[in-house]
Amino acid sequence: MIPEIGHFALILALCVAVVQGILPIYGAAVGNSALMAVAKPAARGQFLLVLTAFCCLGYAFAEKDFSVLYVAATSNSQLPLHYRLAAIWGAHEGSLLLWTFILSLWMFAVTLFSAHLPDATRSRILGVMGLVSVGFLLFMLTVSNPFERLIPAALDGRDLNPLLQDPGMVIHPPMLYMGYVGFSVAFAFAIAALLGGNLDAAWARWSRPWTTVAWCFLTVGIAMGSGWAYYELGWGGWWFWDPVENASFMPWLAGTALVHSLAVTDKRGGFKVWTVLLAIMAFSLSLLGTFLVRSGVLTSVHAFATDPKRGLFILAFLAVVIGGSLALYAWRAPRVGLGGSFAMVSREGMLLANNVLLVAAMGSVLLGTLYPLFLDALDLGKISVGPPYFDSVFVPLMVPAIFLMGIGPLAQWKKASLPDLAKRLQWAFGVSVVTALALPVVMRNWTPLLSLGLLLAIWIVTTAVVTLRERLTHVNGNTLVERLASVPKSYWGMLVAHCGIAVFIVGVTMVKGFETEKDVRMNVGETATIGDYTFRFDGAQDVVGPNYTAARGTFSVSRDGRETTVLYPEKRRYTVQNQVMTEAAIDPGLLRDLYVSLGEPLNEGAWSVRLYHKPFVDWIWGGCFIMALGGVLAISDRRYRIAWRRQEPAVPASTRTARRKVA
Amino acid sequence: MKPRHKRFAFIGLGLLVLGVATVLILNAFQSNLVFFFTPTQVASGEVPQGRSFRIGGMVEDGSLVRENDGLTVRFIVTDTAKRVPVTYKGILPDLFKEGKGAVAQGKLNAEGTFVASEVLAKHDENYMPPEAAEALAKAKASGAQQSKSLVVPQGRQGREGSL
Repeated sequence: MIPEIGHFALILALCVAVVQGILPIYGAAVGNSALMAVAKPAARGQFLLVLTAFCCLGYAFAEKDFSVLYVAATSNSQLPLHYRLAAIWGAHEGSLLLWTFILSLWMFAVTLFSAHLPDATRSRILGVMGLVSVGFLLFMLTVSNPFERLIPAALDGRDLNPLLQDPGMVIHPPMLYMGYVGFSVAFAFAIAALLGGNLDAAWARWSRPWTTVAWCFLTVGIAMGSGWAYYELGWGGWWFWDPVENASFMPWLAGTALVHSLAVTDKRGGFKVWTVLLAIMAFSLSLLGTFLVRSGVLTSVHAFATDPKRGLFILAFLAVVIGGSLALYAWRAPRVGLGGSFAMVSREGMLLANNVLLVAAMGSVLLGTLYPLFLDALDLGKISVGPPYFDSVFVPLMVPAIFLMGIGPLAQWKKASLPDLAKRLQWAFGVSVVTALALPVVMRNWTPLLSLGLLLAIWIVTTAVVTLRERLTHVNGNTLVERLASVPKSYWGMLVAHCGIAVFIVGVTMVKGFETEKDVRMNVGETATIGDYTFRFDGAQDVVGPNYTAARGTFSVSRDGRETTVLYPEKRRYTVQNQVMTEAAIDPGLLRDLYVSLGEPLNEGAWSVRLYHKPFVDWIWGGCFIMALGGVLAISDRRYRIAWRRQEPAVPASTRTARRKVA
Repeated sequence: MKPRHKRFAFIGLGLLVLGVATVLILNAFQSNLVFFFTPTQVASGEVPQGRSFRIGGMVEDGSLVRENDGLTVRFIVTDTAKRVPVTYKGILPDLFKEGKGAVAQGKLNAEGTFVASEVLAKHDENYMPPEAAEALAKAKASGAQQSKSLVVPQGRQGREGSL
């Protein structure tokens, strides 16, 4: 009964979404405020309906209702409750429901925080989001219904993939989807602007916090996925340029470009057309990412073809959303206008360069991800594009972008002088070069890449210090603390996010430069040394978990004769799917991780073992979280709160831009 | 500079950057493509010499032999028509089993043995390399099983082994 209620709620949600997608947009076009007023209650109603459906599926999982096909396919009676609930997004149908749920959550948020928007703009935004929702609800209801019954009911479920039975996997998909779907708000703002034909600085200010929030979620989501892969896959890698990862990374690149381009539109009224295009791009890539991962097309394009209805729907939906919005863009963008002019050496110029580089990087990732799929689909042979391709393309594209990242915040808007910039940055440059050259020599392992990585990281930090110092001379306040406090939060946000990149680069550089790994056969009592650490294997015992049995190894780690830690890696066998899983044991640290994973049992209690010493690896994820923290700081800035409180900001904001244009 | 000149300089610079990026990308792309071959194709000599490629198929039952060092393994990959011997030094992925699908990347040596630098197995019990899957498809796949098959984020393949 409960699953039927969920199913019915989805059907109702579809009806509401259709209404929400048509009436308000039509109302905005003809200026009918009664029709426009439909948007808000419709969005809220849809949120309640999808929430109901979501809870119904959760209930089916909690109650182990194996007469629901999806529940039977992704859970098991022995699976602990928290993993049963996480299994809601453990496979295709449920993750679509999660997607739709988060979309309705964002819509609900828009209805809450849009009191300051003009009616027509709000109606268009909610209308566009309603249309996106129509697509997803239709997709679910026609070809991937999570509430489909299995008759007769299964005696027990097939269990959740053991890899997903992990706390990281419980949080990672919702975070990622908050990011993906969050871009739908930026997308809806862009489409609304195209429909309305007015795109001013106020528009940019409204859509900026939404975009930044989405970007923060996506950053954290990707970092968590990477962390999960690091400890769960059992061989210590943190990024593989795998299509699944690329699928989430491409919207991030486009979103990062969008965040920067929006800054120009907000502050200077420039980059308007480009900003709109980036918003369309970020959301289109989010859609593409969702479908790439969830349609099974990555496993095999032929698997995709075995269910042609699903495949066709996805292709049609992507074509309608991307093609439709690009067509609208081509038609309406000329009306939006280009914005003010600027010199090549100016903050706008550098942000433009940053955008071009980010989009080029995105394009190269797109090529490497989709080209093998195209070849395979056309039966032209099977290829794969390895990590070396991405490494060799990505580094040269990002190096100039990061170099500009140091200069950009110091450059004046409209026109800056190169000699002046060089003078202001001379000591930052000197310090960076000297440290980057000296540090690896001190650490006795000089490689060009090591120096380059350190150079970029130190460059970011030193230029941030210079930027902050200059900024402090321009703000009011008598003491240093007062002046620090009067630097706007958004400015702090930018500095913090940039320093997050520096931390990230340090992590990547140090891991690449100094990590050591060893695959060894270890008898009981035998030791192996890696880095400064000695690992002693004290044998393996059998342990029993809730839904698995495992061999648990004991490793005593010591350094200079003193015991550092004891690690317990496991080799688990999940009984339902009879699947073997490596559970690595990690001793994390600020400066290094020690990592042990069990390979296979050999004769006489010996095991093949994989040992890693990974310096600074946690900085990789730490950097991502610092970036996201910067985003949070930026949106807590007063200027957005003022915009929210103000009832009709459209008038003063537009007059201000008008004045600027005159000037 | 006049505005017109400035715009030209802008566009010129943009095109230059784009051009350099494109050349870079395509060049890297070309040299990093890894092709996939079946054991039959390997046997008929279609594979590139001295270049790394991937083979895939079933790990033949009873073919897995472990050397005394405990780390070097030998096994045979077959597509039921032809067989290719493979050696690999390192720890095999969790899902590597005799009688199951596997993909290996590496080079063919002079004796016709495939020296793998990495062995891949997708982290999903259902995963089969498409070629191996096609051979078994008739026996295995029925409509009912298809609709029930799990779709998990299986893209994160375990790239086991050292490069």
